[in-house]
Amino acid sequence: MRLILHIWRQRNAAETGRMVRYEAPDVNPDMSFLEMLDVLNEGLIAKGEDPVAFDHDCREGICGMCGFMINGVAHGPLRGATICQLHMRHFRDGQELYLEPWRARAFPVIRDLVVNRSAFDRLIAAGGFISVSTGSAPDGNAILVPKESADRAMDAAACIGCGACVAMCPNASASLFLGAKIAHLGLLPQGQPERAGRVQKMVRQSLQERFGSCTNIGECEAVCPKEIKLEVIARMHRDFLKAAWSGHSAD
Amino acid sequence: MELNSKTPTGPIETRWDRHRFSLKLVNPANKRKHTVIVVGTGLAGGSAAATLAELGYNIKCFCFQDSPRRAHSIAAQGGINAAKNYHNDGDSVYRLFYDTVKGGDFRSRESNVYRLAQISVNIIDQCVAQGVPFAREYSGYLDNRSFGGAQVSRTFYARGQTGQQLLLGAYQALERQTAAGRVQMFPRTEMLDLIVIDGQARGIVTRNLVTGAVESHIADAVVLGTGGYGNVYYLSTNAKGSNATAIWRAHKRGALFANPCYTQIHPTCIPVSGDYQSKLTLMSESLRNDGRVWVPVKKGDHRAPSTIPENERDYYLERRYPSFGNLVPRDVASRNSKAVCDEGRGVGETGLAVYLDFRDAIERLGAHVIKERYGNLFDMYERITGENPYTVPMRIYPAIHYTMGGLWVDYNLMSTIPGLYVIGEGNFSDHGANRLGASALMQGLADGYFVLPNTIGDYLASHRFDAVEAGHPAVREAESQVARVTRRLLDAKGSRSVDSFHRELGKLMWDYCGMSRTAGGLQEALSKIPGLRDRFWSEVKVLGNGEELNQSLEKAGRVADFFELAELICIDALHRNESCGGHFREEYQTPDGEAAREDNACSYVAAWEYRGAGVAPELHQEPLYFEYVHPSQRSYK
Ligand SMILES: Cc1cc2nc3c(=O)[nH]c(=O)nc-3n(C[C@H](O)[C@H](O)[C@H](O)COP(=O)(O)OP(=O)(O)OC[C@H]3O[C@@H](n4cnc5c(N)ncnc54)[C@H](O)[C@@H]3O)c2cc1C
Ligand code: FES
Repeated sequence: MRLILHIWRQRNAAETGRMVRYEAPDVNPDMSFLEMLDVLNEGLIAKGEDPVAFDHDCREGICGMCGFMINGVAHGPLRGATICQLHMRHFRDGQELYLEPWRARAFPVIRDLVVNRSAFDRLIAAGGFISVSTGSAPDGNAILVPKESADRAMDAAACIGCGACVAMCPNASASLFLGAKIAHLGLLPQGQPERAGRVQKMVRQSLQERFGSCTNIGECEAVCPKEIKLEVIARMHRDFLKAAWSGHSAD
Repeated sequence: MELNSKTPTGPIETRWDRHRFSLKLVNPANKRKHTVIVVGTGLAGGSAAATLAELGYNIKCFCFQDSPRRAHSIAAQGGINAAKNYHNDGDSVYRLFYDTVKGGDFRSRESNVYRLAQISVNIIDQCVAQGVPFAREYSGYLDNRSFGGAQVSRTFYARGQTGQQLLLGAYQALERQTAAGRVQMFPRTEMLDLIVIDGQARGIVTRNLVTGAVESHIADAVVLGTGGYGNVYYLSTNAKGSNATAIWRAHKRGALFANPCYTQIHPTCIPVSGDYQSKLTLMSESLRNDGRVWVPVKKGDHRAPSTIPENERDYYLERRYPSFGNLVPRDVASRNSKAVCDEGRGVGETGLAVYLDFRDAIERLGAHVIKERYGNLFDMYERITGENPYTVPMRIYPAIHYTMGGLWVDYNLMSTIPGLYVIGEGNFSDHGANRLGASALMQGLADGYFVLPNTIGDYLASHRFDAVEAGHPAVREAESQVARVTRRLLDAKGSRSVDSFHRELGKLMWDYCGMSRTAGGLQEALSKIPGLRDRFWSEVKVLGNGEELNQSLEKAGRVADFFELAELICIDALHRNESCGGHFREEYQTPDGEAAREDNACSYVAAWEYRGAGVAPELHQEPLYFEYVHPSQRSYK
């Protein structure tokens, strides 16, 4: 099949970018989306043009490295899948596709479809952990975890940190990402001692990083490749209010 | 060069304890005066960096991805072994040790493997405390499963995402230390050379992948946790970025490379579908618990699988290995798939695939049970192939998955360059010639959380570290070496892309040094690789410049190293005149076609010394001794 691609080209953070039109004349429906771009890039290199830069690594939908917008939708049209897991059989012959990087103040563009997501690491550094140094742990079975809590914690912990939630949110809020970590740790007995401080520190950091606030639109849940549920955001808000009422201070 | 493995002697149960007691300690007040570089943030590097920082050392940590959370450990699905014996099914530290030595086909060090089995139990405790959401039983206790043909249930797991959850545990510990100011993290930064001063590893040269800036970092010790080199073969289950550059360039600076030819091929991967194929996807080994592997009896039988009657199907694993059947170890399953495809009985468009059929299991148990067990995997298969495995048998084929070889390290995980430590898949240590399922995660975390943080102190406490000026000749020399390679790649201005060369190298390696090897084939490969490498250097086309994000340039540097490593892999495979684990030489097989070890001649670690471009590497042997588990022929009949 044949596709028309309009791709955001931007040499570096300082330069302004623009959409450039390309043709992909010979697309095999069994290719993944990134393989289609590989082939496009091989063609560009042959012509002496700079290949399109995009982030990727595992190509199995788990590392969270890949991701951009296809026709305004983060990770494209297939629900519950990253771009590396999206295959060309989901597109029509002759279709026109617009590829753009994640757009959010907290994720500046580095080049073409590549953005800087370091803000996510700083959110985790603010409190997304349990403070246990190596060697001090009791036997694994000394801490019992009800199966239901473990399963729900796992649902939230499945987040791959790709940033699609932020990119799709009209407010560029990181609430789904934050909520996922806060729910994961807050659902487990091990996570209780630091629970109140964790939510306060992480939320405060998110404001510093210039992520927006959540207004319950739900676009994040719709594009999350790991199908993390909005309820993690509700949990985060509850934890936040509880911490504030109980007079807990983050410091 | 004398290879001193520093392996303790005496009763194996107390070797690690006694050894630890003999190590020098660094005074707590002095720890922050030592800077340690950790390259890699996978299970090995991430856990090491976090733990060293907790101890008080000053850490500089590097990875090439945009975040330390994305190291390829994230992709491990199946689980992690530990000798907890929570199920009272006869497991013990000794049994895990025994299984691992035997599974490695008697090509690993007993002392190391015993330590690994001992530490396995602490790993689970640590990870639970960090909040890793391991699977639980209704009682709230930890759940286990049996994995990869083990006869006991010792595998801990977090759905099909065990690697992800363990890595996030280590990553969060690392971020905690970053926030505390004890770790300085450098993402999107690639190590391109090692700085060795007066014989000691004192730093690294890196390239900032966003700005292209080449920088030197000085420290008192350097730790490499940079993963495996399976991508030499181009198509593998590794991530696209996984590479050998860090260990290869350290090798060129003097670190010996051990057993490079020990590569593991995983039998259940989704087959190649076209030339554009960029990687291969692993389907969990657990599928073989219920799926039956078969090909048509007749050659070139292109009928739809459902129309092939029972008596025209060859369930070749069940036929050849009646007692293990479809659950034979990875190397045996892989070789048999290749054999039937070589006979012309492979299926699918390319003829390079075999069926993994769930028809009987669905009849016996019902589709809902199969969905419960493997739903995720079936969905993933359908997403990639567009075929529904509930109704059409899966097509699978072996793929390169793991590399047992790596830089040689002693019992302290130190390479032959003093002050250079290697952990995780990057070293050669614990798996011998074949790694058992669910034990790479165990080894990476054992190295990073528990072994290295103990052993590195001994080195730091017993050496002097003079200040190194920025203009030190060794630093300048390493920097200019890096600049030279970059220039050469950019200046070649040829006509072929990096990927086209990588693909060609990968195909050559797969054909001649893949699942089964012969002296003739290896010689053929060795006669072809240098020519291809020369063409790479003269014909490669890398656009753009070195002062920007340039993904072709990154790939080109890695592929240049793969070319050199490929040659060493073939040299090692040619010299090892036996079949063992992942290394199958057709000349060495039993009358019924199984791998035949040559224990008298080959019971050693082959450690290769780099002697310069175009010069044959020098072999050093570390003999292996078996005092506890006596070498026997593995049999799965
Ligand atoms: C698909 C798949 C499934 C698997 N499933 C299992 C399983 O179920 N159980 C099991 O036990 N094992 C499994 N394994 C094996 C296991 O996952 C790996 O062996 C292990 O995770 C390797 O960990 P590591 O820390 O050594 O390296 P990695 O996790 O690969 O990390 C390497 C790190 O080094 C960095 N790096 C590399 N080179 C450079 C450089 N030059 N400069 C800077 N940084 C660099 C990378 O950025 C990364 O941070 C699986 C492997 C694969 C591929
Ligand atoms: S490349 Fe890893 S999630 Fe897509």
